[in-house]
Amino acid sequence: MEREHFSKQYDTELNDIRSKLLEMGGKVEVMIANSMKSLVERDSELAERTIAFDHEINHLEMEIDERCLEVLARRQPAARDLRFITLALKIVTDLERIGDQCANIAKRARELNTEPPLKPYIDLPRMAQAASVMVKEALDAFVRGDDALAIKVCENDQVVDDLNEQIQRELLTFMLSDPTTISRAIKVNYISKCLERIADHATNVAEMVIFMVKGKDIRHTIA
Amino acid sequence: MYTKVKLENLNVHFGSNHAVRDVSIDFPENSVTAIIGPSGCGKSTVLRSINRMHDLAPAARVTGKILLDDSDIYDKGVDPVSIRRRVGMVFQKPNPFPAMSIYDNVIAGYKLNGRVNRAEADEIVESSLKRVALWDEVKDRLKSNAMELSGGQQQRLCIARTIAVKPEVILMDEPASALDPLSTLKIEELIEELKEKYTIIIVTHNMQQAARVSDITAFFYLGELIECGETRKIFTTPDQKQTEDYITGRFG
Repeated sequence: MEREHFSKQYDTELNDIRSKLLEMGGKVEVMIANSMKSLVERDSELAERTIAFDHEINHLEMEIDERCLEVLARRQPAARDLRFITLALKIVTDLERIGDQCANIAKRARELNTEPPLKPYIDLPRMAQAASVMVKEALDAFVRGDDALAIKVCENDQVVDDLNEQIQRELLTFMLSDPTTISRAIKVNYISKCLERIADHATNVAEMVIFMVKGKDIRHTIA
Repeated sequence: MYTKVKLENLNVHFGSNHAVRDVSIDFPENSVTAIIGPSGCGKSTVLRSINRMHDLAPAARVTGKILLDDSDIYDKGVDPVSIRRRVGMVFQKPNPFPAMSIYDNVIAGYKLNGRVNRAEADEIVESSLKRVALWDEVKDRLKSNAMELSGGQQQRLCIARTIAVKPEVILMDEPASALDPLSTLKIEELIEELKEKYTIIIVTHNMQQAARVSDITAFFYLGELIECGETRKIFTTPDQKQTEDYITGRFG
């Protein structure tokens, strides 16, 4: 059973950081869903709202950074508390980047919505769904210290990578057969890359969870 | 790394109290090893075994081996005083000899070992006080009473006295816990310098100090050695849950 600190206040401070991270993760998941929705349903107003929503993610990043700094200054955390705080600082950066990628997707969606759709979007929503699940599970793994779940996230990155490659091949075929599709295809390709990057960020978080739980640094070792 | 001091199956009993239980540990030469653990875990008892302080306690019974350079200090025929010349000790409360001057304090231990001429004594006093960064502060009043110094200065004087006899090992029992933060940092800086020439074993209840000052950390609980390893590792990824719970403030 997990023991509590002698200082209840210390436990409260750490739990606050955990909740804020989950809150940030939740908002990021909403952004992923909405950015995809704004594309698939051709809803440019939703795209606008999604782009504006990024401010909330950035605000949470600053808040969590500040709380982590305070814990470092006042509590001199050691061992797993130290790993938790330093990794929370890094995870916040990955989440903030995911927010940026979602805003980028929404911007491209806004542009694509002014032109006829290239084709029905099937693989992109699947990618978005997979990436969103990865983000959620990576954060759950972090907060619970669940390294088994973190490993699962790392393995699922392959699914998103495969979808990305598939989409790129398909778009290439489009562009080669009909040059008038090039402008739209490039934007769709960009969106696919954004989603692939989002999955990579989720994988980063998962790798850090494994380090936090096991004390083993597996970053840059999995091909 | 050469092992300067080695404890093999050390047990210490005070009457029926089994204070130190089957402890085996290596202390590398020219390193600082910190011994940490909650009150009553046996850390001071272990420390005081290494210079045979328990010889002075009638109820104490020490079994097992303590090797200093591969020779058991508890062997029959070994003179404990000779051990204490090689293994010096600094205590929690600075304890300069109250009736003596600064000069006489530094040279006191040296004099006990035999006669020493004036020039030699002067040289020893100066070099010892310089080593503990006290020389500049006291060189013009070497004959004044040692008790006129501040707490931090007194403790540095005690360290100077200890190193004047050129020991090989220095034991420190919470050397800075009676001092203000700045004096504490000065003592820690001194420890960092001293390890070049001496092997240092320090007992401390201040975890951050152990983290700052030591190369190796040993965690004790209820008389047993729970974990011993590189300080860097103990404070970031300890092996034992008990160790982690202690250093993160979840028990102790």
